[in-house]
Amino acid sequence: MNYRIVLRTLGILLLCEAAAMLPSLVTAIYYRGNDIGAFAVTILLLLLFGVSMVKVKPKVKEIYARDGFAIVGIGWILISVFGAMPFYFSGAIPTVIDSFFESVSGFTTTGATILKQVEDLPRGILFWRSFTHWIGGMGVLVLTLAILPSVGARTLHIMKAESPGPAPGKLVPRVGQTAKILYAIYSLLTIVLVILLLLAGMPLYDALIHAFGTAGTGGFSSRNTSIGAYNNVYIDVIITIFMMIFGVNFSVYYFIFKGSLKAALKNGELLLYLGIAAVSTVFIAINIHGSMFDSVGQSLRHAAFQVSSILTTTGYSTTDFNQWPELSKMILLVLMFIGGCAGSTAGGIKNIRLLILGKTIKREMVRIVHPKAVYTIKVDGKVVDEETVSGVMTFYFAFMAIFTVSLILVSIDGKDMVTTISSVATCIGNVGPGLGMVGPLGSFADYSVFSKIVLSFCMIVGRLEIFPVLLLLMPHFWKKVSI
Amino acid sequence: MKILIIGDGKVGYSLAENLSKEDNDVTIIDKNAEALKKAEENLDVMCIKGNGISVNTLLEAGVDDTDLLIAVTASDELNMVCCLTGKKLGAARTIARIRDHEYASELALLKERIGLDMVINPEQAAADEIARIFRYPSAISVDSFSRRKVDMVEVKITSDTPAVGLKLKDLPSKVAGSILICAVVRNDEVFIPNGDFRIENDDILCIIGKPSNVYGFYKYLGKCTQKIKNVMMVGGGRIAYYLANLLKEMDIRVKVIESDRERCEELSELLPDTLIIHGDGTEEDLLKSENIGEMGGFIAITGRDEDNLMSSLLAKQYGVQTVVTKITRMNYSSILKTLHLDNIVSPKHITADIILRYVRSLKNARGSKIESLHRIINGQAEIVEFIANDSTSYLNIPLKDIKFARDTLIAVIVRKNEIIIPHGNDVIKKDDRVIIVTKNKAVLDLNQLASTGGLQNELQNSLKNIGHTPVV
Repeated sequence: MNYRIVLRTLGILLLCEAAAMLPSLVTAIYYRGNDIGAFAVTILLLLLFGVSMVKVKPKVKEIYARDGFAIVGIGWILISVFGAMPFYFSGAIPTVIDSFFESVSGFTTTGATILKQVEDLPRGILFWRSFTHWIGGMGVLVLTLAILPSVGARTLHIMKAESPGPAPGKLVPRVGQTAKILYAIYSLLTIVLVILLLLAGMPLYDALIHAFGTAGTGGFSSRNTSIGAYNNVYIDVIITIFMMIFGVNFSVYYFIFKGSLKAALKNGELLLYLGIAAVSTVFIAINIHGSMFDSVGQSLRHAAFQVSSILTTTGYSTTDFNQWPELSKMILLVLMFIGGCAGSTAGGIKNIRLLILGKTIKREMVRIVHPKAVYTIKVDGKVVDEETVSGVMTFYFAFMAIFTVSLILVSIDGKDMVTTISSVATCIGNVGPGLGMVGPLGSFADYSVFSKIVLSFCMIVGRLEIFPVLLLLMPHFWKKVSI
Repeated sequence: MKILIIGDGKVGYSLAENLSKEDNDVTIIDKNAEALKKAEENLDVMCIKGNGISVNTLLEAGVDDTDLLIAVTASDELNMVCCLTGKKLGAARTIARIRDHEYASELALLKERIGLDMVINPEQAAADEIARIFRYPSAISVDSFSRRKVDMVEVKITSDTPAVGLKLKDLPSKVAGSILICAVVRNDEVFIPNGDFRIENDDILCIIGKPSNVYGFYKYLGKCTQKIKNVMMVGGGRIAYYLANLLKEMDIRVKVIESDRERCEELSELLPDTLIIHGDGTEEDLLKSENIGEMGGFIAITGRDEDNLMSSLLAKQYGVQTVVTKITRMNYSSILKTLHLDNIVSPKHITADIILRYVRSLKNARGSKIESLHRIINGQAEIVEFIANDSTSYLNIPLKDIKFARDTLIAVIVRKNEIIIPHGNDVIKKDDRVIIVTKNKAVLDLNQLASTGGLQNELQNSLKNIGHTPVV
């Protein structure tokens, strides 16, 4: 491993985090909160570490796949640690591990919280909590790629390790340009969302907080009862639609922008994603109609919001779905695993993988009937190469394996089954709220320190799609010369 | 610039590598996923798997707003069709690699009908390069301008040359009168010299002029003590065919050793004046019996790098003056340095270089008036060829009355077949080809040569430069 280039890139990352903390500092100063000092100290620390790490001069400037994975894996842990400092220093969250959990939950756009009361926290802290969603959603390192003027040829490894999906690609020939386009689309959509929320009657501060949460598909709110606190149909509808929008592969928007709307809409993954959302909404609406809500409109509104929120792994809520019938809760639990599309800000297994897995099952069946059949798996008329197919299967297995192991580790705490299963599922899928004690009105505060560490690990594993984090645990990976 | 490369072979890869480093947006199309993977992982380019002829693939790659399409697949026909389709779909310019010499004679027609902007034949280019080595055996680099009417040679001065210590204006006018020393490299820095410039040991001179005059000056420098009369070639491929013809024009007798019987017969038909020998070129006995020791030059151009290396080493051992070795893969580059082989030729690199140069000149020339471009020491100075047209603001004005920009020199004016080393009273006329030397990289147009600002001293310097060639 080329430690020098890894250190240097991590240094740049820390400097970017320092810059990303500035808006929160400004907010804190604007509201004259007692959190100004906490931000100032954290920014100074980031600058100190960042500058000294950037001064490392690498002998070899190429970033190979191994270095790229190391940068992403270590980088995410590092920014989470520094991101937790304002929570701890300001006293908003009293313990170190809780601050770390909250920070990881923010950057991985999970939105799981250990806070029971958020409304009395300082405004700057709440802003930072949600802003971590926004930068974590598209990727912190992708942000550095977009900002840095000279991005070398091999930085694609970094982007590949951070971007979700089985085979992340480029939109345009240059990595730096691709990162810029992604962030441009992301920022534009966020601004549109802020304006719409303002028009719907949300105050500017709340609109920003919820726009960050929606754009990053995170789910932190500045209100205890999340979106339900506003009880406003327009806000519900706007956020439902925008959560769905941010769960779509961003390249679709690029192609729409380039004028090929038809090609974009023929995207198999997009259709599957919309189909799952529609079917789930209908089932839940029928299920909760009558028992929970009296009017068809109300049932559809809440069903659609909750499906959109869980499927895109955002985690906002308009109502306490913990009270819903079992069928609805089970559908939501399944949606936690599915997640959004590749190349979006959403978490989960991703629809494209389900699509490929489904087609693999079909191929196995065709092979049983015609043992000599040659059958290639195609998505959108293009052949998916065998490497990607086996990658998807390995990913699925690894995802489930980590889910199972974490489940056993978390169950040491002795919580009930629904709580345990849903809290691991919600963390590894980057959703946020679960069912039972960790439902939309509950929190993760009651878990033990050990469980919180396991769940934090699950969140990073889920966000980085497993391998960048697992590699860090392999001793082989750290050796200078690996044979 | 947006560049589309079809074919991710060695040339395609090397082109993509260099072009993407120079800030172009490069997209590669190839059918081979394995080759693309290498490019995708190591280069900042976009890779698309597919057939380069397919309209869909080309459109997916954005051919409609591509500035340049380069087709370098293994097949000539494929390349031509790719360019034809690409042009119809809106690519601004196209380059095709066409290596079959049967097409070579029809190039003009092909260029016009298919709308090719440039055709590149790697074997022909390699043969040209090798022939130049034989024309100027110890030159560092040789380049041609104005369709080979003007040669530019970079040559290193050693202590045994008579020119050491002389000022440029003191050089004997008989040999120096009709050439121009347009740039001097000293300690890795480029100077554009005037008449008072003193030549020193280890200087690299860039000499420009009519090929025969440059050759004359070259002889004066003592750089070609004896003209090579006999050359032995090992390997009878396409390069051998082109090269044998070129060397014949230079009155050099050629002996070709080729191991394939059928190819030998073919060659003896194609090259009636050349001696073709059937045998293994790495066999010492055969080389000895064919008097390798008496040869002035030895050229190893078989298809196998290892054979070329071994037979070149043999030739060096027998004291051949000029040995040229063709190396296709650069796997041995670190060993090559220790072997002291002076002339290594790599057709793929030459091809890539030529295309690169074309791209650079395209980028420079907004109005596409740049004809060719040569760089000295990593581009510290450039030698650029323009064609003067109506838009040139100082036609028919004596050069001494024009104020020129700093560090810029008009080296040669080519008017039809006449080659003029300009003095203060010469003028630029319409349709002249003007070759300039400049340290100003921003020269994109002839009009930019005329300085707009004051800076009297520098102007006078440039004027002095213009008239610097020793007065007869």
